[in-house]
Amino acid sequence: MVEMICAGFGGQGVLTTGLILAEAGMKLGMNILWYPSYGSEMRGGTANCTIKFSDTEIASPYAKQIDILMAMNAPAIDKFEHSLRPGGLLLVNSSLVHDERTFRDDIKVVKVPMSEIAAQYENPKGANIVMMGALAANSDLFKPDDLERLINEYFEKKGKINPKNALCFRAGVEIH
Amino acid sequence: MSKQLMKGNEALAEAALRAGCRFYSGYPITPQTEILEYLAKRMDEVGGTFVQTESELAGINMLLGAAAAGARALTSSAGPGFSLKQEGISYLVAADLPAVIIDVMRIGTGLGDIAQSQGDYWQLTRGGGHGDYHTIVLAPASVQENCDMMETAFDLAEKYRHPVLVASDAAIGQMVEAVELKEFKEHDINQYDWAIRGCKAGQEPRKIQNIYYTDPEYPEHLRAKYDAITATEQRWESYYAEDADVVLVAYGISSRISKEAVNMARAQGIKLGLIRPITLWPFPVKAFETCKNVKAFMTVEINILGQMVDDVKLAVDCKYPVGFCGTFFGLPEPDVIIEQALAMLEKEGK
Amino acid sequence: MKLKAPETVFSTAGFCPGCGHGLASRLIGEVTEELGIQEKTLAVVDVACCSFDIDYWRYDTIMSAHGRDIPTAVGVKHIRPENPVFAYLGDGAAYSIGMAETIHAALRNDNICVFVVNNSVFGMTGGQMAPTTLPHQKTATSPLGKDPARYGTLNVVDVLGKMDIAYLARGELVGAAGMNNCKKLIRKAFEKQLAGEGFSLVELLSPCPTNLNMPPVKARAHVHNEMTKFFPTGEFIDKGGKV
Repeated sequence: MVEMICAGFGGQGVLTTGLILAEAGMKLGMNILWYPSYGSEMRGGTANCTIKFSDTEIASPYAKQIDILMAMNAPAIDKFEHSLRPGGLLLVNSSLVHDERTFRDDIKVVKVPMSEIAAQYENPKGANIVMMGALAANSDLFKPDDLERLINEYFEKKGKINPKNALCFRAGVEIH
Repeated sequence: MSKQLMKGNEALAEAALRAGCRFYSGYPITPQTEILEYLAKRMDEVGGTFVQTESELAGINMLLGAAAAGARALTSSAGPGFSLKQEGISYLVAADLPAVIIDVMRIGTGLGDIAQSQGDYWQLTRGGGHGDYHTIVLAPASVQENCDMMETAFDLAEKYRHPVLVASDAAIGQMVEAVELKEFKEHDINQYDWAIRGCKAGQEPRKIQNIYYTDPEYPEHLRAKYDAITATEQRWESYYAEDADVVLVAYGISSRISKEAVNMARAQGIKLGLIRPITLWPFPVKAFETCKNVKAFMTVEINILGQMVDDVKLAVDCKYPVGFCGTFFGLPEPDVIIEQALAMLEKEGK
Repeated sequence: MKLKAPETVFSTAGFCPGCGHGLASRLIGEVTEELGIQEKTLAVVDVACCSFDIDYWRYDTIMSAHGRDIPTAVGVKHIRPENPVFAYLGDGAAYSIGMAETIHAALRNDNICVFVVNNSVFGMTGGQMAPTTLPHQKTATSPLGKDPARYGTLNVVDVLGKMDIAYLARGELVGAAGMNNCKKLIRKAFEKQLAGEGFSLVELLSPCPTNLNMPPVKARAHVHNEMTKFFPTGEFIDKGGKV
């Protein structure tokens, strides 16, 4: 089982990113569960969701400890870095997080300048796709080719096809 | 059919349509509003009727009219809104009418708040309105079960001519899981002769009213109905309960967390088990016969007072201690559940 | 002229002597028969005095919760749009506990008929004050007379009079002329529903000798002379027709 939290400001596509990954997991035959921040947590402009991927039945929707944190802003790190298991993966949106920030030394930290890369490809809405590329490159959860295809399928279904998404994804895959 | 992602509340709504439901009347209240929003769009697509009513009172009574006319009719609410539904639920029972009412439980007495809760257990299982009644209560624990249980809910409602409540909560309502939906099923509004449709000259008109006005055998009728439901409709899931020292009893969202606690405990060699009531009423008393090694039971609930404890005590004839692991704003955590279960075991000196 | 009781009405024996309900029930029966819709008509009656009709009419009938007759009838109409559907309730049900339901059915212009029997008191429970109780009228809960400074008197035309509904009218169940007029109003309401025009509300002013503590003749005179001052009869909304 892989347990992940995706967190950031409302409007950064935090919940959608989680749903795209959940759907990708489902299509690859995994059991998945997506659970949004809810109740009083919804207030204050931050959003997060928990996504679980498993070969077996997923019991609880809550995750006390996680394997992967996608932190799209600094408060997300404040709130969830401590939940990472030793050896876990922290993907940081370095476009919004200070360069001098220090992190736990028992986890893998990958800095992803998601906004800059998205801007570079003139695809500001593709910032979280950069992040998903980095996820595929730095964990065993998805093969990059699979995830790229499944992200495309997700947007095709919504009728929002944008070739620049692939460029953003591939740029993310290059980040280690 | 292939799987698709669905949110818990939307799954309830879609599954109702597939079960032949073509009428919904209700009022917005968090955390069940997705049901309204979903049906506001989908009901049109399937040729049914969606009405956003002026209040929950109007919603439940409009549903009563639709049910009396033979439709598979649905409404839903939460918290204070579900209290307002109680008037109509009592009338549905009194008139022997089938209908399905969803309660997406939220926290608290009075206004409370929108967080998940299991604080409506007494209201759901004891007959939340005035008078002398129970309703069948189904408690799904996953989005897939939301999909599967709506058809069961309507079938049971019609089988017994009785309202069926679906006890969901904010957590299952908001979560997304991969589901397989059932095929669409047609419902014929003239399937049952009791449904009003017009009275031909020389015929006896159909009357939808308090049946005890018309039926001198009413107490017998009611008891026989409840006896039949209690004997036939108990549903539960048993998970490692047979050899467990401590058996957890939990439904809905807290059963999911309890299952995780059982898995964690078993990995450590602790014999924990779980009984998950799927029908809250009738309470699955039969499930408790299978616990051969049990020393103690413990309910895991998101409420303050341990509302299910009494039902477990009755189910085991008060022969075993029954503990309560409860949370209010927070959620039960697997390690706390294990800790409390072990403490119970120690207290029993076994 | 050959007098014939409508076959749709079995009896009106349960109502108090001099009560308007028996008359209203009979008029509704006659109208549905004259329109040839008696075998399709579906009724919703309130649990108060109106409830007797569930045993008197040959309509498939629901006895609904107090004051929820209108939404119940709307639910029926949605499922069986080909059947004429009417709600039959008192002023307490329609204008006190069920006022929200009355207004919102009008706001949606739901295609049903609503017949409100206004007798200015809560009849079934023993003559308590209603929104329609006249100023200074003595009732069980206004023993010194209704104090107009504390409780107003509600005229439904003031509430629904500007709404986009099919029909709003009032008659009095008193005297041959009053009865003929009431029948005309009831008929028109059904015709509106059959034409799909929407919500009709017909208020029928009714004597309640028991709770007004008057003999029937005096109670009728009270309706004709006193109630009509506050509740004038007439047609107030007639979509597609002349008012």
